Amino acid sequence: MAIEVHNVSKQFGTFTALDDVSIGVADGALTALLGPSGSGKSTLLRIIAGLEEPDAGDVTIGGDLVTGTPARSRGVGFVFQHYAPFKHMTVQSNVAFGLTVRKRPKAEIEARVKELLELVRLDGLAERYPSQLSGGQLQRMALARALAVQPKVLLLDEPFGALDAQVRGELREWLRRLHDEIHVTTIFVTHDQEEAMEVAEQIVVMNGGRIEQAGTPRELYESPRNEFVMSFIGPVNRLGNAYVRPHDIQILPEAGGNTIEALVQRIVHLGFEVRVELTLPDGREVWAQVTRASAQELELAEGQILAVRLPPPRVFAS
Amino acid sequence: MSSSGPSAISLSPAPAGGLLPSQREREARGTSDGAARARKLGVRVVALAYLAVLLIAPVGMIFYRTFEHGLAPVWSAVSAPNAQNAFWLSLEIVAIAVPLNTVFGIGMALLLERGRFRGKAALGMLIDLPFAISPVVVGLALVLVYGKTGWFGDWLAQNGIQVIFSVPGMVLATAVVSLPFVARETIPVLRELGSDAEQAAATLGASGWQTFWRVTLPGIRWGVVYGVVLTTARALGEFGAVSIVSGRIEGQTQTLPLYVQDRFENFDITGAYAAAVVLALLALATLLAMNLLTRRTRGQVAS
Repeated sequence: MAIEVHNVSKQFGTFTALDDVSIGVADGALTALLGPSGSGKSTLLRIIAGLEEPDAGDVTIGGDLVTGTPARSRGVGFVFQHYAPFKHMTVQSNVAFGLTVRKRPKAEIEARVKELLELVRLDGLAERYPSQLSGGQLQRMALARALAVQPKVLLLDEPFGALDAQVRGELREWLRRLHDEIHVTTIFVTHDQEEAMEVAEQIVVMNGGRIEQAGTPRELYESPRNEFVMSFIGPVNRLGNAYVRPHDIQILPEAGGNTIEALVQRIVHLGFEVRVELTLPDGREVWAQVTRASAQELELAEGQILAVRLPPPRVFAS
Repeated sequence: MSSSGPSAISLSPAPAGGLLPSQREREARGTSDGAARARKLGVRVVALAYLAVLLIAPVGMIFYRTFEHGLAPVWSAVSAPNAQNAFWLSLEIVAIAVPLNTVFGIGMALLLERGRFRGKAALGMLIDLPFAISPVVVGLALVLVYGKTGWFGDWLAQNGIQVIFSVPGMVLATAVVSLPFVARETIPVLRELGSDAEQAAATLGASGWQTFWRVTLPGIRWGVVYGVVLTTARALGEFGAVSIVSGRIEGQTQTLPLYVQDRFENFDITGAYAAAVVLALLALATLLAMNLLTRRTRGQVAS
């Protein structure tokens, strides 16, 4: 169901966590709240869930005003950053919890839990305790537990933050596919722009308790509204007031047509990507991103002097 | 983005002498190993000696003296009507005071750990007060409030309720002196448990009550059990406060510790020792029960 947040503010003591924030999330969308730590993204998620109350503003879920409604009656599924497993219960009982407290018939609970454990690929681990699971398995258990009560919306707080790189990659992919399958409106919080770009259909960039920009990953990348979004959503070179993406710096075999000279300081091979660190004639340092193939073609070497063409730089009104 | 030049990493060769420790180094280590072993042994001897002087010898002596002349005199001492009465009275007081303090202690721990309100620090100090105040003072204070001339004295007398010199007063005194244990043992466990699991239960639709019984209590049960054991031990052994509010009426308001004191003062050494042994065995049984309980339940949740 659609989620709307209107003019929400929240203070913790003297710290302003959220300052007049409004967002709208369409029914069935997969949205990322992206920002550095302290940007207010987790607070916003917790306010939507009813785990915090806003000082001002309203939240609606599926058109119903839920401000003041306790978390237990909001019909949200929440996955905590550290999974918040019930440590004294088996995986089976963890997933069944929401149905058990609703006093559903035993047969129904069993069938539903079985189905969910298959969905999150934990069938066979039903009798284990959380202490016997890996991080990725705990994460999937937490997700199954949240989905068991058929929530109207699914909220995930830094869902992949505590996992190692490989598992994180697999789970992202899997969450994406799961969302295609069950189509529940989903918001997840992350500080990792790559994760947001890869998984989300819509990204809300937050900073200092405010929303900097909201849009599709492509919109944010191609037309960032300000320097914060530009530098948070991808790598940048800063040239005075102007910003240039490293992949927009062209390295050419010969000078000509508004090129300038640059000295190659260092070449970093990152597989497909090659990072070329350059010093411009005026002493400014930039780096360019080229593919492995073009680096080979240009026969790049450290200490070499090259011709580069800078793109029209982007300048934001301050 | 700024580029940094290649950082100089110096690979210094291994110091002369190579990987094998020299003879002198080995000797030095040998003596320091010996010294460490001697130190460790010394600490153990001191610790054991301390325990022996303070605990093992006196308690051992009581057991020895009690059973010195066989079981028959012990049996007749503990089956004396006043001894029996003291035994059951002690159990009765524990059976009332411990559950009261358990409920209060858990509630207090939740309030202090999960609540957000003014004066929390002051409240935290207040529940520690029974640790700081001498039990005799607690007893006197209770007499002042609930005694015949006390604040509620008239009202209580009119309604036919006797607190001082009877069981209610003794339960009160016991409850006061053993008040902080459950809360103090539960608070750190509650803090470590965190509130994530409770919040998860809430988002899954559990009421506050369901969350408490299904998530919070199972999470803190070891802290609570330990608190209950300490409370029970303290309640069983309480002397000062109970001594004042009970009036020490033989066969009526004598708990086991009071009975031991009474027998001792009346030169009934066998009676005193026998009752003391019963008291010690009760405490031991409590500890044992906790041990068995934790071991069995932990076995089920073994990781």
